[in-house]
Amino acid sequence: MSTAVAPQPPVADDTVIERTVLADRSRSWWHLPATLTVLALAAMVFFGLRAKAGASTTFGLAEKAALNPGKIIPETVTVPTGPATIVLTALCLAIAAFFWWAQWANVALRPLVRIGLLALFALLWVLGFLTWASAGSETMSIGSLLQTTIVLAVPLAFGAQAGVLSERSGVINMAIEGQLLFGAFGAALVSSLVGGALGPWAGLVAAPLMALVIGALLALFAVGYQVQQIIVGVVLNVFAVGLTSFFFGTVMRQNPERFNTASVLPHWRIPILADLPVIGRVLFDQNILVYLMWIIVAALTVAMFRTRWGLRVRAVGEHPRAADTVGIDVNRTRWTNVLLGSAVAGLGGATLTIGTNVAFGEDMSAGKGYIALAAMILGRYHPAGALAAALLFAFADATQLKLSAVSAGGGGIPSDVLLMLPYIVTLFAVAGVVGRVRVPAADGVPYVKQ
Amino acid sequence: MSAAPSASAPAEGAAAPAGTGLLGGGAPADAPASERSLADRIVRGDVLVVVLAFVFAFLIGSALIIVADEDVRAAAGYFFARPQDTLGAAWTAITEAYAAMFRGAIFDYQARTPARAIKPLTETLTIATPLIIAACGMAVGFRAGLFNIGGTGQLITGAMAAAYIGFTVDLPPVLHLLVALVAGVAAGAIWGGIAGFLKARFGANEVITTIMLNWIAVNGLNYALKTTAFTGANKSQPVSPAVADTAALPQILGPQFRLHLGIVFAIGAIVFLWWLMNRSAIGFRFRAVGSNPRAAEVAGIDVGRSAIGVMVTAGALVGLAGAVHLLGTEHKLTGGIAGSVGFDAITVALLGRSGPIGILLAGLLFAALGTGGRFMETTQGVPLDLVQVIQALVVLFIAAPPLVRSLVGLGGVDRPGTARKRRARRRTEATDVATAEATAAEPSATTGSTAVAETDAEDTTPAAPAARPAEGENA
Repeated sequence: MSTAVAPQPPVADDTVIERTVLADRSRSWWHLPATLTVLALAAMVFFGLRAKAGASTTFGLAEKAALNPGKIIPETVTVPTGPATIVLTALCLAIAAFFWWAQWANVALRPLVRIGLLALFALLWVLGFLTWASAGSETMSIGSLLQTTIVLAVPLAFGAQAGVLSERSGVINMAIEGQLLFGAFGAALVSSLVGGALGPWAGLVAAPLMALVIGALLALFAVGYQVQQIIVGVVLNVFAVGLTSFFFGTVMRQNPERFNTASVLPHWRIPILADLPVIGRVLFDQNILVYLMWIIVAALTVAMFRTRWGLRVRAVGEHPRAADTVGIDVNRTRWTNVLLGSAVAGLGGATLTIGTNVAFGEDMSAGKGYIALAAMILGRYHPAGALAAALLFAFADATQLKLSAVSAGGGGIPSDVLLMLPYIVTLFAVAGVVGRVRVPAADGVPYVKQ
Repeated sequence: MSAAPSASAPAEGAAAPAGTGLLGGGAPADAPASERSLADRIVRGDVLVVVLAFVFAFLIGSALIIVADEDVRAAAGYFFARPQDTLGAAWTAITEAYAAMFRGAIFDYQARTPARAIKPLTETLTIATPLIIAACGMAVGFRAGLFNIGGTGQLITGAMAAAYIGFTVDLPPVLHLLVALVAGVAAGAIWGGIAGFLKARFGANEVITTIMLNWIAVNGLNYALKTTAFTGANKSQPVSPAVADTAALPQILGPQFRLHLGIVFAIGAIVFLWWLMNRSAIGFRFRAVGSNPRAAEVAGIDVGRSAIGVMVTAGALVGLAGAVHLLGTEHKLTGGIAGSVGFDAITVALLGRSGPIGILLAGLLFAALGTGGRFMETTQGVPLDLVQVIQALVVLFIAAPPLVRSLVGLGGVDRPGTARKRRARRRTEATDVATAEATAAEPSATTGSTAVAETDAEDTTPAAPAARPAEGENA
């Protein structure tokens, strides 16, 4: 590992400045490069060197019907498994080496460069993994992989936005799970009751309203009665699972046609753009919930960091007393944000039922709320970051699904081990890449006016 | 969520006062009794809140039973013609459901033999055993300011290790059991320790890491149950062979009851929790970090090492719970070995306010609700999930006494001119170290914690005279 450390640059005028900064190099400077190196080396050894000799991997890029003038993007790409994986992981190692140098010399990278490089690392690593895992089996369609990713990412992204909304104002939202579940329940129930083509739309309205119940309870106990917020969140999740399962086991089971039928929101296909190869279907042929997700993330990013409202929310989350002094109603801001957040999470819940044409099932959120929470922290309490983290988890999950379908060929990894993949990725991400996240200073601290 | 170990709010909040039980918290015993009338003390007391919390929770549960009952809904169809039909059907549905719950949980008064009549009670104790042990583990984390959600994972690893030793190794009777238990404890401790290490070394948020470790353990268990190492010859079924008789916990009331020696371990875990948190130097450090990490650090306590210690201890206890559950009750390793014990233990610890007596009572209560609920499900067709709702409601109501009091029109007690003095303690002066230590050393003082019952704190502040001068804002 130490070989990757570049020698100290020769002394020139401006390096003097850099060396004074060098003394301030944080003690954890080696965490990120070390993690990257371990990951890259592991990939190289396990995927590259252990690949079957002579095996090849085929990726499907464009579909036949796609808008693809002159076949710019080939329909399939076939690469020899071993060499391709080794090249990809070697590139990963190069990025890791660059980070060794940058962190060691304490070069301040621009955030965009840093994130871009990390994203590139992740992409190369995953490509290496996919190359290895789908070797010899049928074509690995990138388009459908991304499509699954989006479907899985939407509830996580909505949940994570809910977390951002309430935690930026200083209320820990452990109840995302419950909000998702209530949203899913409300959407399924109301859309079945209304029925017909209008059903899903009614469900779309009902989901956020239903999730508001959990949000209101959270705000009542956490803000109103200043109960320890993590406790309220955990207990509300139990409450939500219990209540929805109770109605699922009684009312819905007694009369499923009336109370719990599967229905789905229509896909809105944007002409021409939806025909683009690889990304066309993923970005431009989705239901309204997916488009809403992009809009909400963009709107929230602007609102949180570029508007007066956002400044106030952040002030309440960082230093409620100061915010109070300048006339901001702290507890009202928190109430609004928790409610707003729960409504957003409710939309995520709607994705689970009317977004994917599935009837409500017992405990159908299955821990997604907690993963959304992890995505929010991984995304550093930033709407866009949270979305990126949600996409990362969803991608890991989609890969897992895809590979367990073709697992007989490929790497032959048992499906249960593949199922661990998203969680192991999270562990690494949380420990190595993210480390200490700066939490809103007053997060979790009830505010009592003096 | 606080990733940073410093001055984390959940840390303070979760650190409930030592030694306070289910009814502890804001017991006004320390307050100058002469200044308050008896009525005032009853109204403010926790007993009333607990009783009312149960009343409200069961009332809401009744409403759910009515909504879900088909007879009631059928009768409600002609409510205005014959309202007594609806009310009668509702009454029948509710009483039958709760009667079934009682018969299933404590004493079956319709049973033919005395042994059958008390079987529900022994069953409740059997279910309570792992719950209580695991809740003790959770309590260690809460008192030290770490929110360990990883009960499921630690339970699974503990059970896996115990089972593996139980059915592969050949050892003499007592030794075999001990080795299996130790293996379970060690496995749980390692699984918890991973989260502690990641927290201490990299500042990774323990809530996230423990949740991820849960899923890894669940999938790891499913994987293990497909390998010959765990399933033995019978590879098609995802079930392990039963543990050898030498490793099984002996049944203490004969073969017709499932109650086993594990109940002794549960009591042992309670005593251990009390000793660790109230009598040992390590526990003192854990609590100091829990009530004020910054102050603890200034006082020379290694916060990172404390985090690892806490998670290892918590994991060890939960691992023991898994081992006891497997060696005493289940005997075979299955995919659903952990059930909901991992999460229930969190609620039990919260309800018991992380104190030994509180956990004992809350654990018995949850187990009773669980076994009673299962009986209710089979006999009355009311889903077990009703119990979850009632459990959640009880915890919520108990956590907010002012809400409960205002629901019965006694809200006035909470709105006199008394200023609420509670707020986050985030000061670094040396005086605060003394405060934190005094807080930690004074088991009955809630000063260092935003206790579950926030407003109760005002009742107990006089109990910490040592801490008082340092608190500028104390009126």
